[in-house]
Amino acid sequence: MGTVRRHVFIDAPADRVWSLVGDPARLHEWFPVVTSEVDGATRWVTLASGLRFEEDIVTLDHDLRRFQYRIINNPIVKSHLGTVDVIPDGERRCLAVYSTDLDPEAMALMIAGAAGAGLAKLREMFEGEI
Amino acid sequence: MGRKILFVTTDQQRYDSLGCNGGRVARTPVIDGLASSGINYRRAHPQSVVCMPSRSTMLTGQHVTTHGVWMNGVPLPDEAPSIAENLQRAGYRTALIGKAHFEPFLDPFLRFTENQLANSGEHQRLVEGRLHRGFEHMESASHGGMGNFHYAQWLTKNHPEAVGMYYRVLDLSLQVNAAGGGDTDAPQVLHNPIPRDWYHTDWVAERTITWLDSLPADADWFCWMSFPDPHHPWDPPASERHRVNWRDLDLPAGYPSDVGRREEILDAKPRHWRLWYDGDFVSNFEAPASWVPRTLTDDQVREIEALVHIENELIDEAIGRVLTRIAERGWTDDVDIVFTTDHGELQGDFGLLFKGPYHVDSLMRLPLVWRPAPSAGVAPTEIHAPVGLVSLASTFAHIAGIPEPDYVEAPRLPTTSTEAVALGHERVITEWDSVLFGKILRLRTICRDGWVATACLPGTVHDGTEGELYDLANDPLQQTNLWSDPAHASRRSDLLADLWDNLPSPVEPRRECDAPV
Repeated sequence: MGTVRRHVFIDAPADRVWSLVGDPARLHEWFPVVTSEVDGATRWVTLASGLRFEEDIVTLDHDLRRFQYRIINNPIVKSHLGTVDVIPDGERRCLAVYSTDLDPEAMALMIAGAAGAGLAKLREMFEGEI
Repeated sequence: MGRKILFVTTDQQRYDSLGCNGGRVARTPVIDGLASSGINYRRAHPQSVVCMPSRSTMLTGQHVTTHGVWMNGVPLPDEAPSIAENLQRAGYRTALIGKAHFEPFLDPFLRFTENQLANSGEHQRLVEGRLHRGFEHMESASHGGMGNFHYAQWLTKNHPEAVGMYYRVLDLSLQVNAAGGGDTDAPQVLHNPIPRDWYHTDWVAERTITWLDSLPADADWFCWMSFPDPHHPWDPPASERHRVNWRDLDLPAGYPSDVGRREEILDAKPRHWRLWYDGDFVSNFEAPASWVPRTLTDDQVREIEALVHIENELIDEAIGRVLTRIAERGWTDDVDIVFTTDHGELQGDFGLLFKGPYHVDSLMRLPLVWRPAPSAGVAPTEIHAPVGLVSLASTFAHIAGIPEPDYVEAPRLPTTSTEAVALGHERVITEWDSVLFGKILRLRTICRDGWVATACLPGTVHDGTEGELYDLANDPLQQTNLWSDPAHASRRSDLLADLWDNLPSPVEPRRECDAPV
């Protein structure tokens, strides 16, 4: 099992950042994927390479500002849990954390790389607004 | 019109693989001829024994601590300097054909420009107003027929039946595949039915010739021709297997066939050596994680040796074809040729294969030949002073007659032993950093005055007290570790002091690893 974590501090209120991160259908607006479609508790994500992931939405807690999902029905992924937290750091700043536990572990690194790019874009989007 | 530059690299090639360096099996007359008419560097080291960090050093002229690509999977930032960019801005036509690997190969999100170029069939891109890596033409290849490479696209389009002929480099866990093949069930070995003309070595040479043919006669050019071989998988075209019969080969000098002797040597080294040999500690993705080195057999070593020799012969012949075309264009007198590789291969030494945190000649001593343009009138010679791939960028600037970029960290390669002293080629430094899911292993190595000293920095296995010290003249196979020998304490101390004095400060924060390779 590979465990990875990326994080970024964003000079924006947690609620505003969560308004985007907490909408699973809007993943493609900040994460390096091409499309994200939600149908009930299932999300379909398409990557630029053409790969398509089916995901089970495990947690969508608007109070805790936590989103968790699992990649399912994938011939390579044996086990996965992805967690995105948006944690307030005062009224005008927050910490966004993207964690992944994944078997095979090599794939965790690639998810982490994408998460790092996504979090950087998230900061750019919200700090650019202010 | 100035001097043109053909920069030829291979991947994971040992110093002793070439005839000009004492190799007695593979026939390498083209490279041997370059060595005899040029400069053969007898003690050339990479700054990392892993592909991406080492290639980033070639391009930037910087140590690993400076460019920050500390392991495969860590992308070289788009904004990193590139000697190709300096040359291109000076009017040179620039190309990289073959294996680039400044950015991760495994890229399902298609985030990286190298992969995007291959995927879209493009050959150049402006990134933030700069030509990516300074090359007007990039045409990529790697070790097989799949992935985001121009070669894979070409093979899929023209010979789709051949894509699956290659050994599958990764297994279903995306780890380096441990599956055995060939005659001896050796890892990463396969009898590959692919016709030679379709194999990536010949493709790289042909694409290089095509690019050179596109240039006007009076162009100045810098062409990096980068062969993916002899890096594993060891699956050259089966039609070429007749060249070397593995059953005829002697075991390599660095491979102690007596298990007791082999383990005695390993036990005198820092603990991470034996831990990997026994399969108890895998710190990186550079070898199959599920393969245990202690299972290696004499015949597997022989078969892998044979396949590597075959791959090296194919490379030599491919270079010969490019040089023939250069001659036909009338360019020979004005072309500088630099031949080297990014790092070595254990290839049976100490009972090990592949590469990893092992700073010995198997991985660090590289073939490096510079055949200056005949018009420059540089006399052939051999240089024994320690030099590094970190000197390549300044060497290319020197050849082109442009100012040495201020970002480089080493002087150009010397053309005489006297010049080696004058330029300050006293030492060469190599680094290893692996940080993988909590397993941390870090080495810092200096080579100077005929000695190699490696400090194991504190990490998962080491507490900072272990290391290696070798006398290269009296122990050319590095089988006797003198690190703890009181008689050599003073020398060890002096070497480490020089290492710390000359190691650049690390880039902060540490760059993130975005893929296993």
